[in-house]
Amino acid sequence: MKRLTAIAAVCLLASAGAHAADPNLARNLAATCANCHGTNGKAVPGAGMDSLAGESKAKLLQKLADFKSGDKPASIMHQITKGYTDEQLSLIADYYAAQK
Amino acid sequence: MKMMLMKRRDFLKAGAAAGAMASLYGCAAGNKAGGHVVVVGGGFGGATVAKYLRMWSEGSVQVTLIERNPAFVSCPISNLVIAGTKSMEDITVSYDNLKSKWGVRVLQDDVLAIDTAKRSVKLAKGGDLSYDRVVLSPGIDFMFDQIPGLNNAAAQEKIMHAWKAGPQTVTLRQQLEAMKDGGTFAIAIPKAPYRCPPGPYERACVVADYFKKSKPKSKVVILDANEDVQSKKGLFVKAWNDLYKGVIEYRPNSEVKDVEVASKTAILEFDKFKADVLNIIPPHRAGNIAAQSGIKLINNRWVDVDWLSMESTSTPGVHVIGDAIFPAPTMPKSGHMANQHGKLTAAAIINLLAGQAPNPTPVVMNTCYSFVDAKNAIHVASIHQYDAATKLVQPVKGAGGVSAARNELEGKAAMGWAKNIWADMLA
Repeated sequence: MKRLTAIAAVCLLASAGAHAADPNLARNLAATCANCHGTNGKAVPGAGMDSLAGESKAKLLQKLADFKSGDKPASIMHQITKGYTDEQLSLIADYYAAQK
Repeated sequence: MKMMLMKRRDFLKAGAAAGAMASLYGCAAGNKAGGHVVVVGGGFGGATVAKYLRMWSEGSVQVTLIERNPAFVSCPISNLVIAGTKSMEDITVSYDNLKSKWGVRVLQDDVLAIDTAKRSVKLAKGGDLSYDRVVLSPGIDFMFDQIPGLNNAAAQEKIMHAWKAGPQTVTLRQQLEAMKDGGTFAIAIPKAPYRCPPGPYERACVVADYFKKSKPKSKVVILDANEDVQSKKGLFVKAWNDLYKGVIEYRPNSEVKDVEVASKTAILEFDKFKADVLNIIPPHRAGNIAAQSGIKLINNRWVDVDWLSMESTSTPGVHVIGDAIFPAPTMPKSGHMANQHGKLTAAAIINLLAGQAPNPTPVVMNTCYSFVDAKNAIHVASIHQYDAATKLVQPVKGAGGVSAARNELEGKAAMGWAKNIWADMLA
C-alpha cells in the first residue's frame, strides 16, 4: 500500500510537470526546423542550408537572437524566429547542440 | 478473513486508481510505445509520419505505409517541370530508405475501406491489416461533378489539372510544347481553400517565362474563381507588371462552371474562354478514403481534427494530416505543413501508445517558396502555436511574412528547401 501510494504521489507530481511540458518538447520543437535544416539538424550537403547538429548552444542562441532582433540580416529567419518564445529557442538550441 | 478480503479489495482499488492516474496524467514511467500504425498515403505527410514514428520510437512502433505509386513525386517544384527547366527525375524520390534505413513496411497498394470499429484496413490487392492507430494522409480528390464536362475519364485525359504531380505534369508539359506560338494557356483556379494557395500563380509565371523565351507571341490567362490573388499578392502582381506585361492577364471572379472539351473552352457564369492549352484545377476535398471511412467532415469536404494529436474529432484511433484536414486559422494546404502535421502526429501517437497524453503545446510552421521565373523566387512563412482557449494552433502575430523582393538567393533557397524536406521525409 505504501509503495502504491508513493507511486501515485509521484504520478501526481509528474502530472503537474506533464501539463507544463512534454518530456520530448525540445525534440518536437527542433523538428519544426528540420524541413530546411535536415532531420536532427543534419542538412543535405551542398543544398545551401546550414547544418545545426553539434553547433554550440551559445552560438546557436546568439544567431537566433540576432535574427529575432533584426541585428543579423536575413531573407526569412528574422520572420521565423519571431514565431517562437525565447524559452522555445533555448530548448531548440539545446537539442541541436546535443546532436552529434 | 473478512479483513483480508477488504484489504485485498482496497489494494485492487488503489492499484486501479494508480493505473487510471497514470493513463490520465501521463505518468507511465517505463512504459514504452508499442503497437502497429498503418499510414495511408506516402506524400509529404504520410512519409514523414512513417519515418518519425520509427525514428522517435527507436523502432518499437511497427509502421506499415500504404502508397499507390511506386515512388514519391513532389508537387512543389513540379511547376518547373511544366515550364521545362526541371525533369520528372528531379522531383521523384524512392521509398527505399524508408524500408531499408527506417524499417517501414511499404506496400504499393490501395486502401478500399477502413473499419474504424474493428481497427482494420482493407487492401485492394487483398487482405486486411489490423492497426492500433491509423494515419490518413490521403491528400485531395477532385470534385469533377462541379464541372460536368470534365466528369468523365475521356475528358480528364485531355484537360489536365496537373495538381497531383505525376503523369498529368508530363502531359501538360507536352501540351505546352505542342502549342503554336501565339497560342493561349489558361489556368483555372478553384475557390479557396485549395491545395497550395500560391501554386497556380507560380505556374502562370513560369509558363509565361517559358513563352517569353520560346513562344514570344503566346499569352497566359489566369481564370481565378476568387475575388483576388490568394497568396503573396504584392509580389506576384509586381512580377506580372515587371516581367510579364502583355503576357499574363489576371481575371478575378472567373469561376469555371463547365467545359467544352473538344474546343478547350472554359464556361464561366456569364462568359466563355477558349484556350489552346486549358488547365483546370477543379475544386477539391479530402481524399475519398476520408469520407468512405465515415469520419466527420466539415462542409462535407475537410476532416475535423484535434490539434493536439491530429486525431479525428469523431473517430478514435484515426489521425488525419495534410491537405485533407479542415485547416486551423490562416494555415495553408502545403507540403511543408503536411510534414509538420506528420511530426506532431508521430510524437502524439508515441505518447498515446505508451499511455501518455500528447504534448500539450505543439507548434507547427510553414515555409513556402514560389518561382516567378526559372531562377527568382519569393516566399511566405508562418508559425502556429497551440492555444488552449480555442483548442487550435493559431498564427503568431508579428511573426512570419513574405519576401522583401524576388531574387535569385530565394530561388537557391527554394531548391535547398526542396532537397532538405524530401530528405527529411524519405532519407
